Amino acid sequence: MTSVDAPLNLHDLPSDYAFDPGIAATMMTRHGHGGWLGIAYHAHGPDWVELALPWREELVGVAETGVLASGPIISLMDNATSMSVWTLAKRFIPHATLDLRVDYMRAAQPGRTVIGHGECYKLTRTIAFIRGIAHDGDPLDPVAHVTGTFMATHGNYL
Amino acid sequence: MSYALPPYAEALGIGVDPADAASPVLWFDYSDRVSGRPGFLHGGAMSGLMEMAAIAALQAELERRGEAMRLKPVNVAVEFMRGGTQQRTFASGTVTRAGRRVALVNASCWQDDPAKPIALAQLKVLLSPAE
Repeated sequence: MTSVDAPLNLHDLPSDYAFDPGIAATMMTRHGHGGWLGIAYHAHGPDWVELALPWREELVGVAETGVLASGPIISLMDNATSMSVWTLAKRFIPHATLDLRVDYMRAAQPGRTVIGHGECYKLTRTIAFIRGIAHDGDPLDPVAHVTGTFMATHGNYL
Repeated sequence: MSYALPPYAEALGIGVDPADAASPVLWFDYSDRVSGRPGFLHGGAMSGLMEMAAIAALQAELERRGEAMRLKPVNVAVEFMRGGTQQRTFASGTVTRAGRRVALVNASCWQDDPAKPIALAQLKVLLSPAE
């Protein structure tokens, strides 16, 4: 059996590595919090990334209703917006979430997969400004809206 | 206090300590389940813990007042100040203002020292009389 020579972790990537959201999502969601949540790659564009969070019993916030807890939605949006920054920058730069604000517009339908659409709308040398929505089927009827910032911790975005 | 943890909190291994305090302290131990970048806590896990702590504090306050209310989160703003390391993480909430229709709850998350929070959260929750 041959082992794949791909780095197991984003932090092991060479600095000139062209960022690929599909491959990176697989790395990010194989283990850790994202892996436990079951977050998976969905789609991406030049400055945006979509990740999917399938509904499951363990992630429910209100047992009586089956509605997803808000924690998993925040994690989904943190990951999707984080990846949108690297997608726009075209490379992986270690960074940290400075802040995140989430508006809950309605409860996600129990049983439905939630899609997190994260977009980086402005990149400076050290700060990335992000926004995004989470929806459960119809992007025009989101369950949540987020805004926030990331800071490059080792190196610069530009 | 009759605060029952939801499935999400159970699955994350969240503990309540002590359950009958004015503002309960919630915690979880470090594991792969709550890790983000290698060796550090995921911001979403911290946020989830703080939200649970904020709701627990609000429910405790409403219970003290003898008010049965239905809670609906409106929004949350989280500030991340320090990376969370591989140890037990705590969070507790403070009800800053709970009126008849809306409540503002602050929560903080810490590891070694409650005076040095690793993250802060502010939640707005809509209140309506339980049927």
